[in-house]
Amino acid sequence: MSALTRHIPASHSGLWAGPSRFRSLTEAGVGAFLLLCATITVLTTAGIILVLGLETLEFFEKSKVGLLHFLTGTVLNPEGGKYGILPLIWGTFQVAAGSSVIALPIGLLSAIYLSEYAPSRVRAVLKPALELLAGIPTIVYGYLALLLVTPVLKAIFEPMGIPVSTFNVASACIVVGVMIIPLVSSLSEDVLSAVPRGLREAGYALGATKFEVSTRIVLPAGLSGVMASFILAVSRAIGETMAVVLAAGMRPQITLNPFDSCETMTTYIVSVTGGEASYGSPEYLSLFAVGMALFLSTLALNLLSEIVLRRYREVYR
Amino acid sequence: MSLPEIPVVSASSKVPAPSGVPAPSPAPAPVPPEAGPVLAAYHLSVWYGTSLALKDVTIEIPRNQITALIGPSGCGKSTLLRCFNRMNDLIPGARTEGVILCDGKEITSPDTDPVALRRRIGMVFQKPNPFPKSIHENVAWGARINGYRGNMDDLVERSLRRAALWDEVKDKLHRSGMDLSGGQQQRLCIARTLAVEPEVILMDEPCSALDPISTARVEDLMDDLKSEYTIVIVTHNMQQARRVSDMTACLMLDEDSRDKNRIGVIAEFSSTDLLFTNPKDPRTEAYITGRIG
Amino acid sequence: MSRPASSLYEPHRRIRVLAGPVFGAACFLATLTGVVVLSVLLGSIIATVLHRPGVHPWYDVASNTRDLYEFLKALVTRVRSRDPALAGFRIGIVGSLWLLVLVAVFAIPVGIGAAVFLEEYAPPGRLRRVIQTNIANLAGVPSIVYGILGLALFVRAFGLNRLALGPTLWAGGLTLGLLILPVIVIATQEALRTVPSSLRQAALALGATHWQVIRDHVLPVALPGILTGTILGLSRAIGETAPLLMVGAAGSILRLPRGPGDRYTALPVEIYNYAKEPSAEFSTIAAGGILILVVLLLSMNAVAIFIRNRYSRSVRG
Repeated sequence: MSALTRHIPASHSGLWAGPSRFRSLTEAGVGAFLLLCATITVLTTAGIILVLGLETLEFFEKSKVGLLHFLTGTVLNPEGGKYGILPLIWGTFQVAAGSSVIALPIGLLSAIYLSEYAPSRVRAVLKPALELLAGIPTIVYGYLALLLVTPVLKAIFEPMGIPVSTFNVASACIVVGVMIIPLVSSLSEDVLSAVPRGLREAGYALGATKFEVSTRIVLPAGLSGVMASFILAVSRAIGETMAVVLAAGMRPQITLNPFDSCETMTTYIVSVTGGEASYGSPEYLSLFAVGMALFLSTLALNLLSEIVLRRYREVYR
Repeated sequence: MSLPEIPVVSASSKVPAPSGVPAPSPAPAPVPPEAGPVLAAYHLSVWYGTSLALKDVTIEIPRNQITALIGPSGCGKSTLLRCFNRMNDLIPGARTEGVILCDGKEITSPDTDPVALRRRIGMVFQKPNPFPKSIHENVAWGARINGYRGNMDDLVERSLRRAALWDEVKDKLHRSGMDLSGGQQQRLCIARTLAVEPEVILMDEPCSALDPISTARVEDLMDDLKSEYTIVIVTHNMQQARRVSDMTACLMLDEDSRDKNRIGVIAEFSSTDLLFTNPKDPRTEAYITGRIG
Repeated sequence: MSRPASSLYEPHRRIRVLAGPVFGAACFLATLTGVVVLSVLLGSIIATVLHRPGVHPWYDVASNTRDLYEFLKALVTRVRSRDPALAGFRIGIVGSLWLLVLVAVFAIPVGIGAAVFLEEYAPPGRLRRVIQTNIANLAGVPSIVYGILGLALFVRAFGLNRLALGPTLWAGGLTLGLLILPVIVIATQEALRTVPSSLRQAALALGATHWQVIRDHVLPVALPGILTGTILGLSRAIGETAPLLMVGAAGSILRLPRGPGDRYTALPVEIYNYAKEPSAEFSTIAAGGILILVVLLLSMNAVAIFIRNRYSRSVRG
């Protein structure tokens, strides 16, 4: 093993096993396995569409409810054979709108703070804290609504003569809003931090204050990205289940009173599974029709958010 | 689209070119190994997607010598180099036309296994890119995946000595290769290449990220290695080409090049002394005297 | 203001300089909501747990900690009961651990495999774009829709009784596995993208096959990122309630599952069932369960975030 041992040309050396047949077999096997994994993700989507589609068709067949009646009916009463989805849509809309009112401004302000104001050390603590918050299961927020939010609402409003129901829309809006704040702030913060430094420096060089740079240069530059995060947050609020089940209850009705209970698309699905409906009955099948409506509305919002975000990326490339 | 005919300057003074211009296919009659050029390209053109990057290149790389590829930026030096071990296969949309031979065997054909080829034709990159593993593992990995059955520690030591790095690292073989200095990292990458016992080493501007002292060490090393290996080096540094190489090919931009679409051709290929003292092509002369590039 | 032209500018410096800190403070407060919510949440839940007969004053930390520990220990060992004094979460905790194992066994290999396929194998083009868009959309599908999918596909198998898994751990594990697949895929893809391509080239130039490069160089470098994404995904699976309600995790199971083919219940489902009860005693039990769940999930997430922050910048160049 002296240092200057002459290298024997590879082809003549007996020390090399050379490529084995096993090696190409491994390559092909691994490739096939990876393709299979990727296929499973596609099959999942196909499965969702297939399940929802087939069972929804069966629902319309068995319940003798027309599509138009389903979409425009204002009464939802499976025992009476009435399947109007509007009360669910109204409930979903209330919760989504109310939680957005809370989450979007707070989320945006904290995104601005994290990206523009926070010293790096504060940021290093706050960002993981927000992420931890995002990891709390939704059932916890639902329980918090029952334990804390509704009693507080009762304590405030009942002395004023406004009755507050145990399950009510307002507390659902509050807990769902708090729940989606981390989503808004972390996605918006990513977008705002990505705004080129040169833009900020240009603003400061013209004599603008930090406030002006943040609100008039950085925010407009990242606006479509911020919008995309808003849309995604609304989509999350629409799809939220457990927090709403425990906070807003399961009574399908169209009401403007935020202290009354309501039923959303997601909670209806839970109530049907938890109920007595037998497999294959129209009531049981209606959960798939409502699930289809839920799936389509969140899908539309997610696609919209992606389109908005893509436009933002194009501006900066 | 018809391209104007550009005469290919391929003749070298030392190596006999095949008689006549060989047709792209079938390949010229196989030359017995050890006699002809170790690597050769005939009428090689490379496309990236729809844009031509290298046009009608013919070159023969002589065995156990150092061949330098010089020329201005974007003229396809690296592209040509990466054709020899089919690293261009990794770029989506890359496509070659023409013949590349290694020891008389065509390497662009689908039957050639690029994996086996790359083991015989090693490569050292512009930026040192050691694996984020121990120094020992950096050298041993290539040998292990190629089924080396000898004593691994001996091989690692031999390769590191050959790359003139052994004395600096022998006490810290378990330390990460990333902890070494830039020049040491590049020599580690050379040792890693040597450990799989290739026949040819392709070097893509191996010194451009190194300081002058490290550069000098790598150049000494190349001179030392050429008794056993054939080396092809791409360099921007004409002094370096002059110092280390036996043969030099000067690549140039074709007249058809546009800003976004640069097409490289070989302007001149001859012995290094001849090319630098008595360039035949006016473009080569302009480049080596610093008027282009 | 000596020069005449200057009189045309009115910088309103005082107002502008004042607006900055006010806005900054608002942003800071907004960011703090998250931290405040987290503390209120944990604080109120701990307070609920401790508000049982025989409480110590709140400042008696040692006794309170001991009480809390005794209470949680009791909850872990008891099973579901009509009597609040005897109720606990043992069956649910064991069920959740079973689910964790099943989800990990299914989702980790498939998720990493799909990501490796997309990043390292799939040629850029239509196929890759389709799979990529599909995964992005799957990530936004509400969890209850996965529950519907699991119900129709795994529990019922479209009514084909011989293929149906029934409301078993298998069905729950597969459903949750599909649910977190996009999380793992996206995190793994991001981790793979940070692996410098020079590393892949170096290995290929030595005559390594595609799979050898990935196995020995790409995956080890990407491992911290993959690990972070995987833990976050698994913790999401543990906290999910809605899909489990759909695929039949019943609350009234009184014995431990004997194997993956057995019926089961899960910790969040049991929490939901206790939280629904109107009596305060059951509410306390639910709070105890939430405490167990939140401590488990927060520690999982903290480990994940720690891994990411620790290793995110270890390999460069």
